[in-house]
Order: sequence, then C-alpha cells, then structure tokens
Amino acid sequence: MRGKVGWFFVAPATAHLLLFALVPIGYALWLSFHDWNLLKDSRPFVGLQNYSETLADSNFWNAMWNSARYAITGVPLGMIVALAVALLVNQKIRGMAVFRTLFYLPAISSGVAISMLWIYVFLPESGLINSIVKVFGFEGKTDFLNEVPFAMWALVFMSIWTGLGPRMVLFLAGLVVIDPSLYEAAELDGTSRWRSFWRITLPMLTPTTLFVLVTSTISAFQVFTPIYMMTKGGPMDSTDVVGYHIYNEAWRRFHVGSASAQSFLLLLAILVVAIIQYRLMKSRMEDAAA
Amino acid sequence: MIRKVLKIVATYSLLIGLGLFMLAPFAWMVLVSLQETKTAIPTLDKLVPETVHWENFATVLFMPELPVFRFFLNSVFIAIVVVLGQLFVSSLAAYGFSRLKFKGRDALFTAFLLSMMFGGTVTQIPVFLMVRSFGWLDSYVALIVPGLSSAFSIFLLRQFFAQIPNELSEAARIDGASEFRIYWSVVMPLSKAALATASAFSFFAVWTDFFWPLLATSFVQMRTLEVGLSVFKNSYGSTNWPMQMAAALIVMIPCVVVFLATQRYFVKGVTLGGLK
Repeated sequence: MRGKVGWFFVAPATAHLLLFALVPIGYALWLSFHDWNLLKDSRPFVGLQNYSETLADSNFWNAMWNSARYAITGVPLGMIVALAVALLVNQKIRGMAVFRTLFYLPAISSGVAISMLWIYVFLPESGLINSIVKVFGFEGKTDFLNEVPFAMWALVFMSIWTGLGPRMVLFLAGLVVIDPSLYEAAELDGTSRWRSFWRITLPMLTPTTLFVLVTSTISAFQVFTPIYMMTKGGPMDSTDVVGYHIYNEAWRRFHVGSASAQSFLLLLAILVVAIIQYRLMKSRMEDAAA
Repeated sequence: MIRKVLKIVATYSLLIGLGLFMLAPFAWMVLVSLQETKTAIPTLDKLVPETVHWENFATVLFMPELPVFRFFLNSVFIAIVVVLGQLFVSSLAAYGFSRLKFKGRDALFTAFLLSMMFGGTVTQIPVFLMVRSFGWLDSYVALIVPGLSSAFSIFLLRQFFAQIPNELSEAARIDGASEFRIYWSVVMPLSKAALATASAFSFFAVWTDFFWPLLATSFVQMRTLEVGLSVFKNSYGSTNWPMQMAAALIVMIPCVVVFLATQRYFVKGVTLGGLK
C-alpha cells in the first residue's frame, strides 16, 4: 500500500524531470549526431562528424582552455578567500551576523546588475580600480576588460567576490561541527594554532572542501552572464569560455547539432574533473583517518 | 587581557576592511543612481550627489522607449507562480523521498541529484527546441513550466523532512489520516523554516535567471526584468551611468528585500542543502 503512495508523491516532480532533463538529454544526444542548421529544414544524420569536427577546431580548444584557466585560477583562489573569511567570522563576537549577511549579498544579486557594476569597476581612467590607483600616483589607464592578460583576471577577481558568500557559509557549517575537544587536546599538547589548523581543521573539513570544490568547478565551467555582459568573449577570444562558445554556436550560427556535440564534450570534461577531484580528496581523507 | 583586546581589534579591522571591499561596489551603485542623469561618471570625490535625484527610478520604470514597468510585472508574476508551484511539487516529492518507502526510490533520487549537478550543460538546446515545438515561445508558459520543479528544492526539503520525528506521522496514521493529510497537516506546518529557505532560493533563481528567458522570449513585452536590464544596458543606457545604476537597483532591490526577510533561516538552509 505505502509503496504505491510513494510514487504518487514523487510523480509530478518525476514527470517534470523526464520532460525537462531526461528526454532533453536523449534529444541532445540525437542532435549531436545530426547536422542541423536551425534556419534550414534538412537535418541529415552525420554520425560522429560533429564530434570529430569539434575536436579538430582550434576555437573550441581555445574555449576549453579559457574555461580551464578560469576554473583553475578562480576556484582555488575563491576557496582560500572563503575559508579565511569563514575562520574569521566563526568567532563569537558582536555583530558577526551583520557581516555574514553583507558577505552573502553579491551571491543573491542579479548577474546582469553585478556585471554592469563591475564594468564600471574595471573602466580605464574613471573606473573604481583606476581611480584608486591614481591616488597612488599611477597613470590609471589600464582598460582591464579590453586588454589580453587582464580581461580573464578581471573576471576571475569578480568571481571571487560573487562566490564568497555561499562558499563561506558552507565552510562555516563544516567548521561548526568540528569537535572542540580536538583543539583543547592540541592546546594541552602545546600545539601552535597554525599547526592545529593544518592538522585538525583542514583534515576535518575535507568533505566540505570536496563539496565546495566540485560544485564551484562545475559552475565555473558553466559561467555565462558576466562573459555575455562584460567581454563578449574578447579581447581576441581570450575570455571566450566554453559556455559562451556553445551559446554562439547554437544561437548566433544556429548550428544546434554541433553545439550539442560540444555540450556533451563539456559534460565529459566536467565529469572527468569531478571524478579526479573526488578521488584525490577521498584518498586524502583516508590518509587523514589512518 | 591585552592580547584578547588586540585580537578583537584585529578581527574587527579585518571584518570592516572586508566589509568595505564587499560593500563598496554596492555603495557606488546607489550613489551614482541618485546623480543627475547624463553627467559623466563622477570621480570618487564627487560621488555624493549635490541634489538627490530619486526621480531616476521613475524615469527608468516609465521610459517611453522600453516597457520596464511591464518587465517588472512579468518578473513578479512569473516569480510568484514559480515559487508557489515549485514549493508544492518539490515538497510533495521531498515527502515521498524522505518519509515513504517505495521501489526504485533511491535510484530515482540519484537521478534527480545527477540532473541537478550535471544536467544544465546539455539540456538548454533540446529544451529550447521542445518548447518551440510546443508553441510556447514568447509566452508565460515557457517562462513558468520549466521552473515548476527543482531538484535542489527537493534535496533541501528532503533533508529537513527527514529530521521530523516519525512518531508524529505514526500517531496521525493510527487516527486514520491519509498520507496526503499527514504531509499537508503534520509535516508542512512543522517545516516553515525549510519552506522559507526553499522559497527564497527559488525566488533568487527565477528572478535572476538570465539564460532561459533570453532564449525563450524575443518579443519585448514578454521580457523579464533581468533580460530587460541587459536590453536596457545595450541599447539605451550604455553611457548614462545614473540611469544604468537606477535600472540595476530596480532589479536588485526585490532580491535584497527577500534576502533580508529570510536570511535568518539561510545558514541552516545552505548547510543542509550542501552536505550529507
């Protein structure tokens, strides 16, 4: 009796999952084997051609490399900052709740509004960074979003700011559940704070760190709004990340077949990275337990 | 004693420095939005406006070139329907996954989790083509139906529901209450904090969603505020910073209000959503 009731409860959500996740994944696979330009009616079966062409396309690899750079720099930096801030706000002193709220604010804000704001921050001459730099006697003419090494770093810097809140809260949750007697024992043994951070805090945080690492990496590989608003993939394709590249392939060039093939290659890349991260962290966790 | 005081002073200094770093862009945004329009970007020393131009917000909302107020109404309508619908569908599923046993339950739940983590990359193109073939483009249906269930909300609510003691449901069951009644009259009223958190998350997600409404609408009257803001920025306000920032604030303020109203549940919500 209760067996059937359970299905009744999950039925609406399951129907939704079928329609908006499982069927689309199958459809995307079908699309990736067909050459379909949305503006035309013909959609011939082309086998693996979309995949082989994508893998031979230097623009696609450039986009993959850009996404990888964005993730490899932004995720660890963002996590280090978030952990440091979590340690800072994990103290019982007055007014802490205000700061936690403040740090979370960017994460709930509109991506378009935030992007507009950061366009200003990075402007040459009158932008926030250049205005501050001028106070210290520099020229302040760097056009961060339009010069090659800077544009990607500008986006990475912004991602640290926007990602701080959620990461901080997750680390905070991990910190709160660490048994305080561990620290008391360490203190009795005369262990320094710095040492107990490496020996107790970090190992105990491993599950949290893994979760933050995997979810941050996945979302870094999917970043879209700031690119669309701030750099359009430029200058010289240096911020053409793979999410934005697929968007252009599908909705500017209308090649939905090859765009689907590219999205599967992206999915594959994300899965491989997530599995590697999981394995590495798991072996660290086992080392810590042993 | 002195060490303790020094530590507190150091902590607060760090916090205030960091707070400034997080807040400075927002403060700039508010100050610029109140400047006279069509002035060049104010330098830092002239940031505080001489006269405060509150009318900038009305000017943006009711500008003749772009139906910003209509965008606002669209977003409000879609957000209300999606938040309520998603709360109902997701809480039903969360109840099934946390408090009932049935065949295939764990496998199905795993499918939800995997779709949440990895689905987004490949589903956007096919979902667009499907919605197009249903004839839903440029309609509220297209903007609402894909948001009516969320694996994240299911996951979040399931964690909360699982903590409610089973004795309560058992007692109701002995009294002859149906399973739906137990869900509606026992579990839901005990989960107000969880429901508030889930609603807040789904509100932020739908209010700030950019990609889907960008694809699903092309007719200007059907744009949401988030997409409308990018249209505004690209066509009408690209150099008019006070107007741009007023428009950006119009999009952000509802989020901030919802956030401040629900944030005391937040830490718990994010925690449960994130771990275990």
